Amino acid sequence: MSRIGIVTEHSPESRVAATPATVNQLVALGYEVAVEAGAGARSAFPDAAYVEAGAEITDRATALGSAVVLMVNAPTDADIAALSPDATLIGLLAPAFKPELLQALADRGVTALAMDAVPRISRAQSMDVLSSMSNISGYRAVIEAAHEFGRFFTGQVTAAGKVPPAKVLVAGAGVAGLAAIGAASSLGAIVRATDPRPEVADQVKSIGGSYLAVEVAEQMQSTDGYAKATSEDYDRRAAEIYSEQAADVDIIITTALIPGRPAPKLITAADVASMRSGSVIVDMAAGQGGNVAGSVAGERIVTPNGVVILGYTDLASRLPTQASQLYGTNVVNLLKLLTPGKDGKLVLDFDDVVQRSVTVAQPGAVTWPPPPVQVSAAPAAASAGAGAPDASAAPAKPARKPMTPVKKVLLVALGIAALFAVNAIAPAPLPQHFTVLVLSVVVGFYVIGKVAHALHTPLMSVTNAISGIIIVGAMVQITSSEPVVQVLAAVAVLLAAINIFGGFAVTRRMLAMFSRGPAPASAGPDAGPNASADRRSH
Amino acid sequence: MPETTALLTPASIAGAAYIVAALLFILSLAGLSRHETAKAGVGYGIAGMAIALVATVGVVVSDAWGSPQATLGLSLLAAAVVIGGAIGLWRARVVEMTGMPELIALLHSFVGLAAVLVGWNGALETSGLSGALLDIHHAEVFIGVFIGAVTFTGSIVAFLKLSARMKSAPLMLPGKNALNLGALVAFVALTVWYVITPELWLLVVVTALALALGWHLVASIGGGDMPVVISMLNSYSGWAAAAAGFLLNNDLLIVTGALVGSSGAYLSYIMCKAMNRSFISVIAGGFGIAAPTSSGEVQGEIHEITATDAAALLRDATSVIITPGYGMAVAQAQHPVADLTAKLRERGVDVRFGIHPVAGRLPGHMNVLLAEAKVPYDVVEEMDEINDDFAGTSVVLVIGANDTVNPAAAEDPGSPIAGMPVLRVWEASDVIVFKRSMAAGYAGVANPLFTRDNTQMLFGDAKDRVEDILRAL
Repeated sequence: MSRIGIVTEHSPESRVAATPATVNQLVALGYEVAVEAGAGARSAFPDAAYVEAGAEITDRATALGSAVVLMVNAPTDADIAALSPDATLIGLLAPAFKPELLQALADRGVTALAMDAVPRISRAQSMDVLSSMSNISGYRAVIEAAHEFGRFFTGQVTAAGKVPPAKVLVAGAGVAGLAAIGAASSLGAIVRATDPRPEVADQVKSIGGSYLAVEVAEQMQSTDGYAKATSEDYDRRAAEIYSEQAADVDIIITTALIPGRPAPKLITAADVASMRSGSVIVDMAAGQGGNVAGSVAGERIVTPNGVVILGYTDLASRLPTQASQLYGTNVVNLLKLLTPGKDGKLVLDFDDVVQRSVTVAQPGAVTWPPPPVQVSAAPAAASAGAGAPDASAAPAKPARKPMTPVKKVLLVALGIAALFAVNAIAPAPLPQHFTVLVLSVVVGFYVIGKVAHALHTPLMSVTNAISGIIIVGAMVQITSSEPVVQVLAAVAVLLAAINIFGGFAVTRRMLAMFSRGPAPASAGPDAGPNASADRRSH
Repeated sequence: MPETTALLTPASIAGAAYIVAALLFILSLAGLSRHETAKAGVGYGIAGMAIALVATVGVVVSDAWGSPQATLGLSLLAAAVVIGGAIGLWRARVVEMTGMPELIALLHSFVGLAAVLVGWNGALETSGLSGALLDIHHAEVFIGVFIGAVTFTGSIVAFLKLSARMKSAPLMLPGKNALNLGALVAFVALTVWYVITPELWLLVVVTALALALGWHLVASIGGGDMPVVISMLNSYSGWAAAAAGFLLNNDLLIVTGALVGSSGAYLSYIMCKAMNRSFISVIAGGFGIAAPTSSGEVQGEIHEITATDAAALLRDATSVIITPGYGMAVAQAQHPVADLTAKLRERGVDVRFGIHPVAGRLPGHMNVLLAEAKVPYDVVEEMDEINDDFAGTSVVLVIGANDTVNPAAAEDPGSPIAGMPVLRVWEASDVIVFKRSMAAGYAGVANPLFTRDNTQMLFGDAKDRVEDILRAL
């Protein structure tokens, strides 16, 4: 049974790596928990609550000397020196930006797990701290903007005059962007959003924003669930959109980040200058270089034309209670994975892609970056490109050998030769029959071609009823002079009649059940399925 | 009976009526490809059939009138139609919607048997032909009987498997492809023999051969592949009718048979694509040979959930997608599922259904069941429409589906079902799987979905569990 230490973060960080609720879960995993006195104070978690949850209140040295140390931010040099060798450190380590930190941890003999290196796969969603923190940051960005903004977000008509609603532009519809869109639209603003990945349009719409598409002949595909850098054509058109929007909107919130690269510049100085006085820009990427010209990380800037640019990098930390709870839960979920025996013993399994990815340093060795992970969540190529749905429907399928042209030509030639032969040899009625047959086959294929999937069963029962047409053959035979033939024909008529009557009747019964959802009478038969799915009259 | 003049003979009237009937059948099939026109489509079909029957009766009566066998023949005809029609209407009225696959399989077998009888009659009756035409007539008898008999026993086996009167596991005879091929070769040889010396015992042999072949073809296909089999048999029954058309020199039979045959084949083709199987191997039969391999073994912990917790998840959800499978039909859970849908939609939850093309035992089986339970068809979407929406969905309910939601198909190239398009339910925030036990699906492949972190298992009878959730809501 080993001890987990939770330390007070360095100011100005107000979050803490574990809350009383998550301490409870850590204890359930079999760990002892040591919390530095006052660690949760700035997140409104008093020491007494930790004790109640089963933790022990200790000094900083004891907490840092534990077998597993949980932090929010990266440790300072002094902290590293206080870690015991062989300890495991879990925190937001920004491995891509701090190679020297990883080296220092490796030299100290510490196993370092970076919460911000959790891969974006479905299984790891519960530990994805970037998502959980982005969600909070996006919300907070809107609150900060509202605080600076001198007007209502929602439009109102009052006795004292009409108030227009605020217009908000959100650049980047990732987790943070979507949270910002949701928060701003629930405050009543008109929200627009941009994103290089067209597949997010529906998500934007679903939480109340409208998606501004950048129309270029390029589709953004990403294998790891994150946005990538864009092409020149795209950038030119996007820049025009930002310029148009900057002149129109009151608030801009930028969230564009590309993993491991400086943030893309989206809003130029000229765009900022074109905004009305009193407008607010929140640059959530300020810490990585900023999306907005003139933003300064961690600062509030007022431009000469009266636009406020907020470059806060601690947005999540400004909602410390919530942020600590979500961060703590992410950490607990990681520890659940690392403590398969629930016995307080931490086990690292490098064959597990999540565990491999988060481990950025081991005693004596830096293990960043991990081998790339392919993410199942990336939409299949078909969903974006209308081109070849069949080819991509089965990406893992071993390529079926296509017929060679020679083979094709041979087959066609063989078919034609057979037709010629039949027509040449067969006596009178046969060639006509073949003509009828071939034409009917083609008609059959075309008629069925666009059948709605839901109607397969009715279609099948109706074709079954129609194939009872064999009754015609039996009827013709029933007046034969041979009694045997008559009897056999009667049986055939009987069977076919069951088919015809049964088939049609059952089809009618089925079709009578198919009903459209209760939609307004005005929705014509051509209103699409979605049109009426949302409207419910009762 | 129409007064006959020299120009307007019963035969020429019937010929015109047949053209009208054929056109109506085409309109019928075209109408059935859309919801809005489906009912009209059935109307066209009935009208076409009525016209064809009246015209045929007219011809038969006017031809046979006064001849000694007419009385017997016509009374037999009337009796057979009345009795057959009554049986058909009765079955159609009482059949459970979950029993639809069995009924359709059984009806296919009737067409097959009728085709065999018509073929036999063609052989027994003196045709009055000679020379090359007589040879062709003999060949046509053989082809008609062969296709009809294969359809007959094939459909019977499908019916037995679907109604669980026969084990649904594929029959694995040694060298089954050779057996099938041998039967075909023997059929060709017998046909040639019969054309040269038309002996009745040859007809008996070929009938027996075809019956055995039909039995073997479908018996060697597993129960999970039944959607393909049913539409394939549908196609065969069409070809049987077309063959009878050649035999009887009747264009209406050829047109209608070919329409049914090609549309059935196309449906099978759609099903095959949905299962990532080769069309040729389906037509050849016995394609359900993907034996369970160990590569699909999944270890891991499953998470169980109670109905109450599931209800809590649903209460907090903003969007829910339900993916039903054959298990829903078995448990007769469609009505509680429909109630659940209505209740959630009242609460403002966006509930939709995602239907895999081969869910169930019949193409479109799930749609029929949901329609029976009064689920509006515009919230029932097919795989391609809904597959990209799972990522933004709060809760997915997997009710009695297994292979159609197996992530191994998309992610594990070594899996026996690799490449089969599946519903990507695992992209949703939470997945609740309703299952009776941890048994593998029809493909015999373990399902790694069940051990995913965002998957929770709700064990028990699907109907009971859904009702539990309804109570807890």
